[in-house]
Amino acid sequence: MSTGTTKLDVVVSDVVPVNDLVTRFHFRRRDGELLPTFSGGAHVVVEMRDGDRTRLNPYSLMGSPLDTREYTVSIRRDDVGRGGSLFMHRQVKPGLEMVISYPVNLFSLDLRAKKHLMLAGGIGITPFMAQTSQLAGAGGNFELHYTCRTASLGTYADVLRERYGNRIRLYHDDREERIELDRLLSSQPLGTHLYVCGPAGMINWVRDRAAALGWPSETVHFEHFAAPQPGAPFDVTLAVSGKTIRVGEQQSLLEAIEAAGVDPPYLCRGGVCGQCETNVISHDGKFIHNDHWLSEEDHRSGCKIMPCVSRFEGKSLVLER
Amino acid sequence: MAAKTIISRPIYGTLSPQPGKHHLFIADAEGALAITDMAGKAPPGFFDGAEIVFIPGPEGKHIAALEALKPAQLHLPPSFASLLPRLRQTLTNAHMGLRLYLAGTEGLIGQAMQAALEAGIDHTSMQTEHRGSLARRMQCVHCKGITENVTTQPALCAHCGLLLLVRDHYSRRLAAFQGVCINAEDRSEIPPMEEAFP
Repeated sequence: MSTGTTKLDVVVSDVVPVNDLVTRFHFRRRDGELLPTFSGGAHVVVEMRDGDRTRLNPYSLMGSPLDTREYTVSIRRDDVGRGGSLFMHRQVKPGLEMVISYPVNLFSLDLRAKKHLMLAGGIGITPFMAQTSQLAGAGGNFELHYTCRTASLGTYADVLRERYGNRIRLYHDDREERIELDRLLSSQPLGTHLYVCGPAGMINWVRDRAAALGWPSETVHFEHFAAPQPGAPFDVTLAVSGKTIRVGEQQSLLEAIEAAGVDPPYLCRGGVCGQCETNVISHDGKFIHNDHWLSEEDHRSGCKIMPCVSRFEGKSLVLER
Repeated sequence: MAAKTIISRPIYGTLSPQPGKHHLFIADAEGALAITDMAGKAPPGFFDGAEIVFIPGPEGKHIAALEALKPAQLHLPPSFASLLPRLRQTLTNAHMGLRLYLAGTEGLIGQAMQAALEAGIDHTSMQTEHRGSLARRMQCVHCKGITENVTTQPALCAHCGLLLLVRDHYSRRLAAFQGVCINAEDRSEIPPMEEAFP
């Protein structure tokens, strides 16, 4: 069975448009009980039953961890993605019964920190909504720097400013406002931990500068769910279960394995947690690795693949599944 | 160097230059040699932003070798206790980008690490290298007294006088190994005391 993927039967209790791109979804338990406790930074995997197709997408919980009557997620519409966010925006209405996973936290606060420095880009703000609520409730020391394209797309910027005042700094791309990253990183008191969530380019930039400026890797936390990329269909042999399957253009390898009735472990479905790591028995072709889990060495070796986000192009691929 | 027996037994590495804005070295006795050895691998100008705090011990060895590195600052306090207030002050005012290097005896590494942990540096973020004596700082689990420079097994608690088995069980919070009464059942049973941590 998939680790940590015990399911919760929920009903959509509200759907709230936040701005042109982002909509917020509220879930309550169908039996009226409280939802499981979670900590800031946790995500749930939402099952989307769309005709004969099932998508499983991870979304950060953005409500306060102090209130488990409902879970809330905010989803940015991606018009060119694989359709998960469009399904949520178009098909999901209040009253719809859905299934979500128990919360899992791969981006938790290190509560030993003397101070928490948070950097958000775009929809990467969502885990910080929960983390700031958690810290504020406990008198925690934090500062959030939030980059958004325009003020109108600064999802929850107004809410955060109202709640936390000048602990929130906003940067608008259209006004050419940029984080002075080196100065920011160099002026933090000893014992600060850094958290970054946003586009891959921003995460890489922040991690590189932090490392160069002497931030130990233990103090730098990041989360980037890589959405599975579409690509050319390819065939895979699952050696353990004795099946040969085809991975469709819009399907991830993990989804194709699951569709064949094989149930590999997973948690994040976004290339970060490592649960679905799969050994390659043989291959003739080229891997398209999209994960943040395997080392560069693993990627080069051709011995491992993360089926949640990575693909393959070539003649044959045999996996130990 | 001692082998890893249980998970809390600290394991030390070899100092290596880290990226950072400010490098703080704390060393005693032979620990100076860990710094000079590392200097060979450090990029040019590395010690321009470095502060070395060195407890030389009675013979005053290795001071000239450290001076030759031309660190921004070199302090030579007589004991760990005498450097602690200054170390705490430095860590309180420090910014991210400070890197800590600890070299020398286990007692020195452990106590400097204790102060650094309180300042919010993760123990895995510190560079450590053990040089010199294996003498242990020991906490008596019965009276909680700390005995410094324990070299024997078993060892006498300097506070309550119990004969203690010096365990590999180490507390980073206390910067001490745990000592447990070795003859609690029959105090007349006195196992031979051997030199175990020279």
